[in-house]
Parts: sequence; structure tokens; C-alpha cells
Amino acid sequence: MQWEAVIGLEVHVQLATKSKIFSGASTAFGAEPNTQACAVDLGLPGVLPVLNAEAVRMAVMFGLGIHAHINQTNIFARKNYFYPDLPKGYQTSQMDLPIVGQGYVDIPLESGEIKRIGVTRAHLEEDAGKSLHEDFHGMTGIDLNRAGTPLLEIVSEPDLRSATEAVAYLKYIHGLIRYLGISDGNMAQGSMRCDANVSIRPKGETTLGTRAEIKNVNSFRFIEKAINYEIERQIDVLEAGNKVVQETRLYDSERDETRSMRGKEEANDYRYFPCPDLLPVIITDEDLKSIRDGLPELPEQKRQRFMDAFKLSEYDATILSEERETAEYFEQVATQCDDAKLAANWMMGELAARLNKNNLEITESPVPADRLAKLLSRLKDQTINGKGAKTAFEALWEGADDVDAVIEAKGLKQVTDTNAIAAIVDEIIAQHPEQVEQYKAADDAKRKKMIGFFVGQVMKASKGSANPGQVNQLLQQKLS
Amino acid sequence: MALDRSDVEGIAHLARIAINEQDIENTTATLKDILHMVDQMQAVNTDNIEPLAHPLELVQRLRSDEVTETNQRDHFQQLAPQTENGLYLVPKVIE
Repeated sequence: MQWEAVIGLEVHVQLATKSKIFSGASTAFGAEPNTQACAVDLGLPGVLPVLNAEAVRMAVMFGLGIHAHINQTNIFARKNYFYPDLPKGYQTSQMDLPIVGQGYVDIPLESGEIKRIGVTRAHLEEDAGKSLHEDFHGMTGIDLNRAGTPLLEIVSEPDLRSATEAVAYLKYIHGLIRYLGISDGNMAQGSMRCDANVSIRPKGETTLGTRAEIKNVNSFRFIEKAINYEIERQIDVLEAGNKVVQETRLYDSERDETRSMRGKEEANDYRYFPCPDLLPVIITDEDLKSIRDGLPELPEQKRQRFMDAFKLSEYDATILSEERETAEYFEQVATQCDDAKLAANWMMGELAARLNKNNLEITESPVPADRLAKLLSRLKDQTINGKGAKTAFEALWEGADDVDAVIEAKGLKQVTDTNAIAAIVDEIIAQHPEQVEQYKAADDAKRKKMIGFFVGQVMKASKGSANPGQVNQLLQQKLS
Repeated sequence: MALDRSDVEGIAHLARIAINEQDIENTTATLKDILHMVDQMQAVNTDNIEPLAHPLELVQRLRSDEVTETNQRDHFQQLAPQTENGLYLVPKVIE
């Protein structure tokens, strides 16, 4: 049977406020345990929460960034459960009236198409503390520095159909929150975390299968692996004639598998009710307007501008606008070398391949934008050809900083002197009488293919320095 | 709305409240009375009435995003039964 996966993601984003969502304690990462946990964060009796205006503003920015309805009256609720890293016994969250309602994002697929993914809602809530289960004489250590850090929980519709799509969606969200400056999106430090709801159904079926929720995934790569593992697991379960159990599963990156979290399953009843300590939050029309007016250029606006101004395809424009740093790099290269298509091809080809292979971000590229632009200018003005450009790029990647010096030192300058090339062409023709004979006997269609042999020989003889266009032209003249 | 003994046991467990046999009976009866009152309220026609999340018709005041708290860990940890290396220690909750 053909199976189809249905995936919805819940993404938790830590908002980049200086202080916590309901207290004046610092949110800085990496402090000594419990030095940033005040009476409110500890849930001591008699304390009252006071909402952070910046957290509200950032949530609205996100909502506007995904074309969502903003609930100008929104309500905080208590989600009740017991766990030692949640000293109050409830998490202050939002249930019936979240700050951000229905919205959507457009993500690029590998096929080159763009797919619209619905966002059900996004709500404000507080983060919990951290439990450390290492060796404390059989006890658990609790650090409440993280307790009360503002989170935006972003819930997608079950619109994703593969692990690859899920990663594309996450990357889009990651790019967006960084454009907006509402989070650093650092997954390793937990600033962006993801739970995935995965189910499968026979292809063509419209009702949803039973889902499992995968928790504890903290990198794009692991999310892809965890979802793929889970899809395979569920297919095996169903094909063996068994049923998928609705449950929470943990991803173990060392073993590359998901495991059932038995025990935590009993009665998932959070008994939500409106938080009596917090009044309804009102966002006025003026607030909304001023936040909207203050938005930076967003990825989709950049995408549109790249398509209009640089004539890029929608797919290329999407890839290059997704992360702010990538977009800025591209704009600089495209503008300086004055050839956007060339810049896009090199960034998505040579540069992206090298960055991926070495696991580097664009900001860590050993070849800065101005240097790549200079190289592409030399390609464009025919100082070097494509092969020479690749060799020069290699040297730049290894640390060379002067493009012209590299071209000079490596003898990459393209030979455009017609007489010099003609001499090589004559030589090659003389060396291969048999092939010349065959070429002359062939029809036009065959000749087009056969000329490649001669071009290759000339390029080889010129050590790659001849201009391939000129070589082709000269060969055609001399062989006809 | 019906409520039986097992519901009360379930709620008590979720709230981590120890409840003895005698109290289960009493509590079940008391909660049934409360739910009866809720049923009466549910029967009232509330069409065209705005939901109310809070009895006071006031708006949440916001604070500006400033760090105003200082480190008072030593002070707070005097309340804790056990601490180590700045961490609060609690009985182990996972295997």
C-alpha cells in the first residue's frame, strides 16, 4: 500500500526579552543555577505576575509576519500539571483566546514549488525550569533560571507531508523570527524547540490516522531523522496488522530512534481555566498600527523584491531570502558583480555546497561577499572562464584574499587572443585526421555532438585557459 | 453532569492530594452538588452575552522590559529542604 504522512509541528520560540514574561528577573543564558529565579519565578505564596510589554509586542510582530488575525483581546489561562521544574503547579499559558490566531507561511519545496502551510495559532506562555538528572545521590537537581522565560508556541496545521517539508517549514519560521529580531533561534541553546505530531494514512484517504507526538528534538537534522524514523515505524506497525497508539515519544539521537515515554501518559488532563491573576490583555488599534509600521522587510517581501528587481525565479528568491544573513550576502554580491543570476547560481551551487560540507553558516564563510563579487566580475568580463573561476574560488576558500593575485599566480587568465587559440585548434585538427573525417561525413545533428570532442581536446591543450565560446566558433569555421 | 468515585480519585491524583476512603464518599457527594449548580447555570440562555474571563472589567497593565530583580538565591534557598551547587534537590521523578 502507498502511505502518506501527515505532520503538524509545535514550535516553541524563546522571545529575546531582557526580563521574564511575568517578573523582572533576567533571562540571560548561562548564568549560575537559580541566580535568575526570583520570588515570582519560584511561585512563592503571595506573588503576582506582571506582564512584560515587550513579550506582547514580539508576539504581535510574529502574528503580522504570518498574516495572522491578531486577537486584540486575549486571555491567559492556567495549564495545571505537577512537575518539580514548575513550582507553581501550573504553567501560565493561553488557551481559548491566544494572542495570534489563524495565519500562514509559504515555504519552498525541493521540487521548486512553493507550498502554503497553515498556522493554527500562536500563544504566549512561560517556560519551565530545568531538571538535572545527573548524580545527586539519587535526587534530581532543579535550576529555575529558565522558569518564566517568555515563549511563543506556534502551532501549525497538519499540512506537512514529509520530513523534508517539516524542515523547510521550520527553516522558514527560524528565518522569520530572526528577521523580526524576536528570538536568536539558537536551537542548541533551546531558544527554538520543536515537537512533531506524526501520523500516516493510506494515500488518498482524507481522515487522519492516530498520531504520535515526538518531543525532544533540537536540530534541523534530528527533526528530519526523527520524523522519518517515526513514519517508518508507524508503517511497520500498520502493515503488521497492529494499531498505532496515541502517545508521546522521545527521540534518541544516539540510537536514531523514537521511544515511548510510558508513565507520563496517564490522564493528559491539564484542567485549563482562565488565570485569575491576569486581566484580559487589550491591544489597541494604535498599538497594532505602530507595531505594523515598525516591521522590518520580511522574507516574503524580500523574496518578491528579489523576483522583481533581480528577475530571480520564485524558488531561487525564496531560498536566498529565507535567512537575513544569506539575503544580505546575496544582495551585496548581486549588486557588486551586477549579475544577479550569476550570483544566485554561485551562492546556491559552489558556495552552498562548500558551506554544507564544512557545516558552516553563511556568516562564517571564508569567502566574504565582496570577494565572491570580484571573482564573478572577472568571470563576467571574460578575464577567466568557468573552470578558472572554480579554481580561483577554491583558493579563496582556502584563505587567499586577492582575486586578481590568485588569477595571476595560478595562470587562470583566459586566452582570448584569436591567433593563439587558432594555433591550438589547427594543431588538434592535424592530430586527429580520423575524427575530422567522421565529422565531415556526419549530418548537422551528429556534428553538434561530435564537436564536443574537439572542444575538449583544445581546452585540454590550453590547460583550460581558452575561451570555450571562441574555441567552438573557430572549430566550426575550420572544420566546415 | 455525572461524576463518580473514579473521577474523584483521578482528580485527586492529578492534584497530588492524598484522600482517604471516607473522604472520597463525602467529596464525591459535595462535588456532585457543585456540578448540579453548574448544570443550572448551563441551562441559562446566554445568547448575545460576551464571555467574561475576569470578574473585574479592567485591562491588564503591562510593565516595561527591564531587569529589576537581583540575585537572592541564598535567601530563597533557606526555605528549601535540600540544595546542592545552587540547585534545589527533589526526589527523582524519572527512572
